[in-house]
Amino acid sequence: MTEDAPLMRVPGLYDYSPQVDRPKITWPNGARVAFWVAPNIEYYEYDPPLSPGRKPWPKPNPDVVPYSHRDYGNRAGFFRMMEAMAKYGVRGSVSLNVAICQHHPEIIKVCNELDWEFFSHGIYNTRYTYGMSEAQERAMMKDVIATILDATGQNVDGWLAPALSYTTNTFELLAEFGIQYTCDLFHDDQPQPVNTKSGRLISVPYSLEMNDTVVLTMLGKSSRHYTDILKANFDQLYEEGAENGQVMCIPLHPFLIGQPHRIGNFAEVLDYITGHDKVWVTTGREIAAHYYEHHYDNVVAALAARKGA
Amino acid sequence: MTLSDDYLKYPNRGHGMDHDRYSWSQLHERPAITWPNGARVALWVVTQLQWFPMDMKPAVPVPGGMARPYPDYWDYTLRDYGNRIGVYRIFKVLDKLGIRASVAMNSALAEMYPYLVEQVNQRGYELIANGLDMGHPHHGDMDEAKEAALIKGVLDSLRGLSGQPVRGWLSPIRSESMNTPDLVAAQGIDYLCDWANDDMPYPFQTTSGAIHNMPHTMELDDQQILIALRHTEQEYVGQLKDQFHCLYEEAGERGGRIMAINLNPWITGQAYRIKALEEVLSYISGHDGVWSATGAEILDAFTAQTKP
Repeated sequence: MTEDAPLMRVPGLYDYSPQVDRPKITWPNGARVAFWVAPNIEYYEYDPPLSPGRKPWPKPNPDVVPYSHRDYGNRAGFFRMMEAMAKYGVRGSVSLNVAICQHHPEIIKVCNELDWEFFSHGIYNTRYTYGMSEAQERAMMKDVIATILDATGQNVDGWLAPALSYTTNTFELLAEFGIQYTCDLFHDDQPQPVNTKSGRLISVPYSLEMNDTVVLTMLGKSSRHYTDILKANFDQLYEEGAENGQVMCIPLHPFLIGQPHRIGNFAEVLDYITGHDKVWVTTGREIAAHYYEHHYDNVVAALAARKGA
Repeated sequence: MTLSDDYLKYPNRGHGMDHDRYSWSQLHERPAITWPNGARVALWVVTQLQWFPMDMKPAVPVPGGMARPYPDYWDYTLRDYGNRIGVYRIFKVLDKLGIRASVAMNSALAEMYPYLVEQVNQRGYELIANGLDMGHPHHGDMDEAKEAALIKGVLDSLRGLSGQPVRGWLSPIRSESMNTPDLVAAQGIDYLCDWANDDMPYPFQTTSGAIHNMPHTMELDDQQILIALRHTEQEYVGQLKDQFHCLYEEAGERGGRIMAINLNPWITGQAYRIKALEEVLSYISGHDGVWSATGAEILDAFTAQTKP
């Protein structure tokens, strides 16, 4: 795509599908809600290069407070978060800045031993996709896939763009690389097919509304308030899930949720959600695989019929 | 424009950190620390005494600075309220509960209000250097020679006025240049308070040898919770109690922990907030195994166990 190509007015990545008129989604064992937790395990650089799309840090490098605050997640917060999740039998689906495989392989080892999934969150959270040529973005994706395979033995099935930064090629390239699902779209509470020219791709609901960074930092809410809205969100989806299966994701950042004053409140949420009968406690990869096997074709057919009608 | 291929090169992508200031180390893997008398939690209260000059033009934004057109009596006098009224409410609570404290002070304020330095000394509180004033945050584009002179001036002034060794350094708004740790260490500083990446002290490398960074709290700073995040006083109390509860439990399994509480007198020293502080500190002090100490005392207890 050239610089002066017209801007898109809509993403064009999916078709309209109203909540009240769509195929029924089911989960294993009659679960109403597929519940997954997605910790973002990230490395932000001390002295990152400039990007055309975004300033890495508000202040001139070094920006000690935000850099060290994020480093807290790897030094102290991760372990608390991991213990709380393990206590309630919740495996993580890790949104990984893959440079963690080099900087902090000790963390990768712990996640791997717990049978957690790793999906891509780019190389560093201070390296944005903005302005990349197709060849550069492809090179970045190759690096990510090779790094995760080498460090963990896992194929990369999921994608959350680094710092949620994109080009207009991103989704085509994901399909080309055989990525199964993207976490970058926030238009639905169920997985949805993503329109690509080749291959196949779905979105799996991740969440900004349930994201600790958004609630605790951007909206500035307390962790007790966060606890309340996580439960309320779950209650509503659990109710709606009796009619049509839903997905709830809690996206986390260990530097926030792993703080001493938050971890107890988070454990209370896990206790609450996993204490329900009809919950499938799972991972992003397993949700995507189940959807492809049981629902993808139906949904694509229903969307085509709606378009044709 | 095209993005340079250099953007896809990662020169520091290797084991450990992407700089040489400290080693990569996970908290839960370190040897347990014990505090005097077997205390579980060291309580480290830091009160900040700061001057926001009316003509300040900081090189990077300073929360709490002059947000309105000159002459901004609104912001100036409300910050000054802390040094006249708020701080004495805080000291009264600390006195009542027998809590020792550190006070982080701008050197220009110490010169302007030497009475405050006397109050700090009378109580046996530790004085931490908090830079020149709030109009002079250190930052990445700062000239090294000018920064060195500024730091020397700050420490000479605070040491001269207080007679204290002044071993701790807290940068205004915790902002540093690439050189700040080297420059403060060269002036005999033993510990930094700026880095928010740990719950315990850890060694921090400088050109004058290793000093330490202390876990001065950023997340539980009253300005962060009550002003930046706009939480209520009840939420503030809840978060501090939650923090203490977690650290107290963890200390039973993994060794001594540190509960840092950072106070700005113009915030927590307000009449309607001081009882919230008293509630938190009474709650913490009411537990067995809490050791109230200054930053230097905590650091000395720590290094006595970790120095090779």
